[in-house]
Amino acid sequence: MKNYKTIPAAELRETAYELYGDGQNGLMSMFANDERQLNGYYAIYCLFSVGKSMQVIKAVLKEKAKLEFPSITPKISGAAWYEREIYDMFGLKPVGHPDLRPLALHENWPQGIFPLRKDFNSKTPVPTAKKEFPMAGVEGEGVFTVPVGPIHAGIIEPGHFRFSQAGEDIIRLDAKLFFLHRGIEKAIEGAPIERAFYQVERISGICTVAHSLSYCHAIENIAVVTVPPRAQYLRALVGEMERLYNHVGDIGNLCAGMGFAVGIMAGARLKEDIMRVNEALTGHRFLRGMVVPGGVRLDINDQLSAEITEMLDKLMPDFKEMIELFIGNDAFLNRVETTGIVPRQAALDLGVVGVGARASGVDVDIRRDFPYGCYSSLKFDVPVYTSGDVAARLWVRVDEVAQTVNLIRQILAKMPQGPLKTAIPAIKPYSSGFGWCESPQGNNIHWLMVGENNTVYRLYARAAAYPNWPALTVAAPGNIIPDFPLINKSYELSYACVDR
Amino acid sequence: MLKVWKKVIATGNVTEPWEKSVPPERSRGEVVVQNVPCKGCTLCVNVCPTNAIKLIEGSPVINQKACVFCGLCVDSCQDGCLKQTSNYKLATLGGSLADNTGSELKNKIRRVLGRSLHIRHLDIGSCNGCDFEMNHVCNPVYDIQQYGIDFVASPRHADLLMVTGPVTRNSTQALMMTYEATPTPKLVMALGACACSGDQIFGESYAIRGAVDSFVPVDIYVPGCPPRPQAIIHGLMLALDRM
Repeated sequence: MKNYKTIPAAELRETAYELYGDGQNGLMSMFANDERQLNGYYAIYCLFSVGKSMQVIKAVLKEKAKLEFPSITPKISGAAWYEREIYDMFGLKPVGHPDLRPLALHENWPQGIFPLRKDFNSKTPVPTAKKEFPMAGVEGEGVFTVPVGPIHAGIIEPGHFRFSQAGEDIIRLDAKLFFLHRGIEKAIEGAPIERAFYQVERISGICTVAHSLSYCHAIENIAVVTVPPRAQYLRALVGEMERLYNHVGDIGNLCAGMGFAVGIMAGARLKEDIMRVNEALTGHRFLRGMVVPGGVRLDINDQLSAEITEMLDKLMPDFKEMIELFIGNDAFLNRVETTGIVPRQAALDLGVVGVGARASGVDVDIRRDFPYGCYSSLKFDVPVYTSGDVAARLWVRVDEVAQTVNLIRQILAKMPQGPLKTAIPAIKPYSSGFGWCESPQGNNIHWLMVGENNTVYRLYARAAAYPNWPALTVAAPGNIIPDFPLINKSYELSYACVDR
Repeated sequence: MLKVWKKVIATGNVTEPWEKSVPPERSRGEVVVQNVPCKGCTLCVNVCPTNAIKLIEGSPVINQKACVFCGLCVDSCQDGCLKQTSNYKLATLGGSLADNTGSELKNKIRRVLGRSLHIRHLDIGSCNGCDFEMNHVCNPVYDIQQYGIDFVASPRHADLLMVTGPVTRNSTQALMMTYEATPTPKLVMALGACACSGDQIFGESYAIRGAVDSFVPVDIYVPGCPPRPQAIIHGLMLALDRM
């Protein structure tokens, strides 16, 4: 998909609202690119899913003109973070945005330096600024604020939360993330695409395959290369293994939100069994080192195939028994049911993806809606629940574990013979395109523009957790603070994916 | 409740000693230089995504702290100078612990902490791979509590800070404040290739400030991307002199 509808930035709002169609079509991603050296403008790309197709608006801002564009956040809430990040990184101002606090750069970043512009050299020393970072809260008699993080009490990634409380009830939640911001998108600029892959693979540990796949799909789409069938199946295999270990681990982890030790340990034990098979399969417990641009690096043999099947045979009855600990357990169900509700409309407005969306009655799955690799020849169902609470997200995961196990069995049974890799040819400089896949958390979208000699000109990586994080600020209010860990774990959002 | 008991009893004991399980055949660990003459083609140097390999006096030298075990150098070497092994015992000691003369501080640390060790986790820029492995050492299979080691909720209760990730601009303050809040004598472990080597994994970036040891003294380095749970336990045992 390389057809961009090019418009002047001043018309962005009208065109985007038209495509959005009062919420019938979703905003999937939005990002900017500095194309001054190529075309003399900055470009803002908006990716919409319109029915069964994807459509892209490319809004251009001439270099000499005023660096601003009309914000689309007033009607499309899901654009709020995208626009804040564009303002941070490029200094293009979304006029009419209700909350223009910095997102990825914190109060230590000086004003007027925009790291993703091409004329910013990564080696430039940047002084440490001491600005204020205002947090949004509620004021009033009896209302107090509980600051949490960035370093939390458990083994978990850093993020800062500010709860406005009246007694135990959360009135408002504000989150400050990007403590893990590593500037990967800038760091890989100019690197050969096949080498930059290893940085992209390391954006996140638990979404390794998802990021690798999206990145490879982007390259392969731009270069118009078809991956050999066997490689497609092997990629699907590791993709589903990633979903499996994540879901099983996340279900166990959910119990940590309520101190249900038997559940935590059962989940951790089953996850360990899967991780060991991951290592036998790819040499790496997080499945790194299988996918590469153009195909895969490793093959499997009958012995490994048998090892996977044996693991699944053992896993399923054990997993079922673990779920039975929840199903008839009133103390457990009391905690998860009607807790942390995200209504369907809120999920649609924010563009929530993956498990979070499917638990709120939004039937999306990019494996089915925009199939890639071998998915069109595999059979699977997409479980959807409508209650939008912690329980719904739990049951979606439980159902998906069964689907995924089934998918892995199909993949092993149908595995075709053939080569493992196609070479990536020389790509026409400055061609660009998207790559996507369904990570355990939802759809993961990369946009790549290739520069001279197959190098990275610009990569934009939008992980599934990115549109999902704001949903937490909808889910938390109205619940008590002790339920927040539970709500948070029911989404199980990765910070590293978002912060990049 | 009955179901819970039944499940607990049916599962039984799954805990194993950390050195018991053998890494599978494909497991990727330390890359070692073979005793084969190197022709100096520099293919391995060019292919390494983290610049962990250099040719010194005509033979490859690998910086284990920055190696992510991807194996590209091994694949690229036509002369068979490099070999990938599944060895994960790569932890090294730094600071006063590395001092072989038995300095007073080292003895004091080991005397105070030797029997039990409380750890505070500190993520200041990782991809969450290391953090998940840290979670896994608490699972019933590795169960580090069997060695008297545990994770605690506050730096004020901790003997050791386990730090993951390169130090990012946005979490520098959190690192410094947590370090200050930890009572002495304290140990710091840099966990994973990013924490050990700084910007070598993701490349030079406006957002990364360097390795953990350019901010606070590091006593234990555990390289790996991420290190396997056994590698983490190996590092702890090494530091506590319990090998």
